[in-house]
Amino acid sequence: MEPHFIKGGKYEKWNPLFETLATFAFTPKLVTTKGTHIRDGVDLKRTMFTVVIALIPCLLFGIYNTGHWEYAVAEGNRDIPYFAEMGAKFLTGLTIVLPVVVVSYGVGLTIEFIFGMLRGHALHEGFLVSGMLIPLTMPADVPLWMVAIATAFAVIIGKEIFGGTGMNVVNIALTARAFLFFAYPTSMSGDKVWMSGLSEKMSTNTADLDGFSGATALGDLASFMSDKATVAGETVQSSMALQNFSTEYGVWESFIGMIPGSIGETSTLACLIGGLLLVLTGVGSLRIILSFFAGGFIMGLLLNMIGGNAYLDLAAHHHLVIGGFAFGAVFMATDPVTASQTAFGKIIYGFLGGFLAIMIRVLNPAYPEGVFLAILFMNIMAPIIDHYIIQANINRRLKRLKTA
Amino acid sequence: MSNTISIRKGLNIRLVGEAKKEIKDISVSSTVGISPLDFHGLTPKMVVKEGDVVKVGDVLFFDKKEASIKFVSTVSGTVKSIVRGDKRRIINVLISTDGKQTAKKFDVSKASDFTAEDIKSLLLESGFWSTIKQRPLDVIANPNNQAKGFFVSSFDSSPLAPDYEYVLGDDLENLQKGFDALSKLTGDKVHLSSKPNSIFAKIKGVKHHSFDGLHPAGNVGTQMHHIDPVNKGEFVWSMNIQEVAAFGRLLSEGTVQATRKVALTGSELKNPQYVNVVKGTEMSAMLDKAVEGSNVRYISGNVLTGDQKHLTDFLGHYHNQVTVIPEGNEYKFFLTTGWLGHGFDKFSNSRLFPTFLLPKSKKFTLDTNTNGEERAFVVSGELERVFPFDILPVQLTKAAITQDIDGMENLGIYEVAPEDFALCEYVCTTKINIQEKIRQGLDLIASECM
Repeated sequence: MEPHFIKGGKYEKWNPLFETLATFAFTPKLVTTKGTHIRDGVDLKRTMFTVVIALIPCLLFGIYNTGHWEYAVAEGNRDIPYFAEMGAKFLTGLTIVLPVVVVSYGVGLTIEFIFGMLRGHALHEGFLVSGMLIPLTMPADVPLWMVAIATAFAVIIGKEIFGGTGMNVVNIALTARAFLFFAYPTSMSGDKVWMSGLSEKMSTNTADLDGFSGATALGDLASFMSDKATVAGETVQSSMALQNFSTEYGVWESFIGMIPGSIGETSTLACLIGGLLLVLTGVGSLRIILSFFAGGFIMGLLLNMIGGNAYLDLAAHHHLVIGGFAFGAVFMATDPVTASQTAFGKIIYGFLGGFLAIMIRVLNPAYPEGVFLAILFMNIMAPIIDHYIIQANINRRLKRLKTA
Repeated sequence: MSNTISIRKGLNIRLVGEAKKEIKDISVSSTVGISPLDFHGLTPKMVVKEGDVVKVGDVLFFDKKEASIKFVSTVSGTVKSIVRGDKRRIINVLISTDGKQTAKKFDVSKASDFTAEDIKSLLLESGFWSTIKQRPLDVIANPNNQAKGFFVSSFDSSPLAPDYEYVLGDDLENLQKGFDALSKLTGDKVHLSSKPNSIFAKIKGVKHHSFDGLHPAGNVGTQMHHIDPVNKGEFVWSMNIQEVAAFGRLLSEGTVQATRKVALTGSELKNPQYVNVVKGTEMSAMLDKAVEGSNVRYISGNVLTGDQKHLTDFLGHYHNQVTVIPEGNEYKFFLTTGWLGHGFDKFSNSRLFPTFLLPKSKKFTLDTNTNGEERAFVVSGELERVFPFDILPVQLTKAAITQDIDGMENLGIYEVAPEDFALCEYVCTTKINIQEKIRQGLDLIASECM
């Protein structure tokens, strides 16, 4: 079959597609020509596939969680038991999440193939991960056409115009999320998008659904900064706000992920399972993950010290388990292409990322979630951090020359 | 002896096929080849023509740019042919051997009174200068420069490498003579790096250093970096220890000794062992009937830095080792032996494969498959784990790829040779030929900055 696709063959143009499928099924018979005669077994396919596997706990939990809140909305009761009717909830979640995943992969891979054909190379593996990350950062109720546009924007503007996998400046999945956040803010934030079916139901019948507006922990927290603090849709006195909040979004519930939010971000536990796999295999940088958490925690402590309102008083460790903090630390900040590439640079990069994430989250009333903005900002800053690390290396060498 | 320097950033690739400590004499093949291509950047100027009769030690060609550097015959016989490439570049000088190994006599009667100049001219005349390499650039040393140090490594830590304690254990006298001469040449600036408790600690008149740990601990580049790194504008020289001993023999006997102990290694050999063989011998003379299977790769040198050869090619000038490993030119189904396989058959520095779980005694049979296609740099921190220099390997490689001369100078190109990046190339997920890129970078520096 191969002769048809190689240069001069009948379907020469389609070679990238053929090569992608062939190299997926078989490691090709390429041999070393120059330099070392043997090579390590590792390649980008295995590396990227490992990240996809690490995302599976988040995906599975996200499917279940989405199904649960769909049920809660349908029954009009926020407090239905979490671990009940699990099979049905999972199936419901699947019908909501699976289309988002399919659209993300479908649109992204199609664009990647078109660019591959234009450039005459097979699919590079980077999008296997981005295609899974994009759905996991979306609210459950996101319209599929928005997923498609965001994915197309991220792949073309975020990546392919820079040259493809390994050349991008900012994280692809976060580019998709940021695009939707700024282009369609009503679908990506606010109080009605986080539970599937909520906005539809609210437009017909608001009375039953008092408990559902301000549907995420972060949305509620943002309200603490205003005159009218709400927790789970009910107005509370600001002195009682934190207590009510802790009942509604306890540390353990948040850690396990039994709260509304973007599809894959809610469960810190699932993120940490994936993070463990990444760190054990050496794919994800432990330096970045730990310093990201440390940065967030220290910013949380600083805010506690300032105090003054309910949001500033929220315990530092509680910050780490709500919103997309853990997901960002494990899967977004560690993207090796857009992170710092020097060992010490990774620590600075992670620390500042976590620090800024909490700072934006608490101190900027316009954006309830700061994690994706903080990471995008640090993506831009990473080359500057590396520049100083590299300059220090160069200066050591120059100093040696002078003293010699 | 100074303190032992332990190299922690590195990798010992554990291969099947270590040479047994048995020695076999290989008679001189009917044809030997001396290839100018073994000397990077050399433009040869021929001295002999086809049909000329030569002895061991007779000059065959010299360096067109630096005429004092001469290259000599390792056998006696007649020049059979001068093989040229399509653009008349000299590829190889083939000599039909007469089997007598009659040798040219050099006057060494006053060897003990030799001055530095005398030693230098003897090195140049006898062809031994071609074994002295300089940094920067990793080419034959320029005899007009003064070296700030002369580095010799007494052990080779690369995969399946020959054990020089075995090779030179009974030749310490000549080795001492060789080192005495080098000390005189450089004004007592010879650094000898050995493993702890090495027999080479007995050598006098040199500065001893002790290294252990992972490969590339035995690479002279690693040792230079930890002892006295090269700065811009400085030169250091190095020489293989077996050549030092051979030069010592020239000083005592007056003839060029072209026989070396070479380790035949690799998983595809029936009986990996050491052989006594003349430099430039045809590969088939050493490997005749010694190889299992036919789909194999013959390498003059080790698996990391050696040259690919055919059976009709010749042992490379700088090589004390021949390796034979299986070719990997076949498809591998992704779930069994391919990219998603269990991976127990692969040796990986990455924890994506179970290599790190296996006992350290487990040895591997690796083939020449690249195990994946070339990609851009994605993974970070990978090269740094096997690169024991205070140099940023990815950044320097990128500077070399982008021909950024300033960048290369700042990031330490003057200190490195392609072989220092061999492990980086092995472990790199991108499958980029990093050694080649570094060599191209050095060539650019040679033409623009030297």
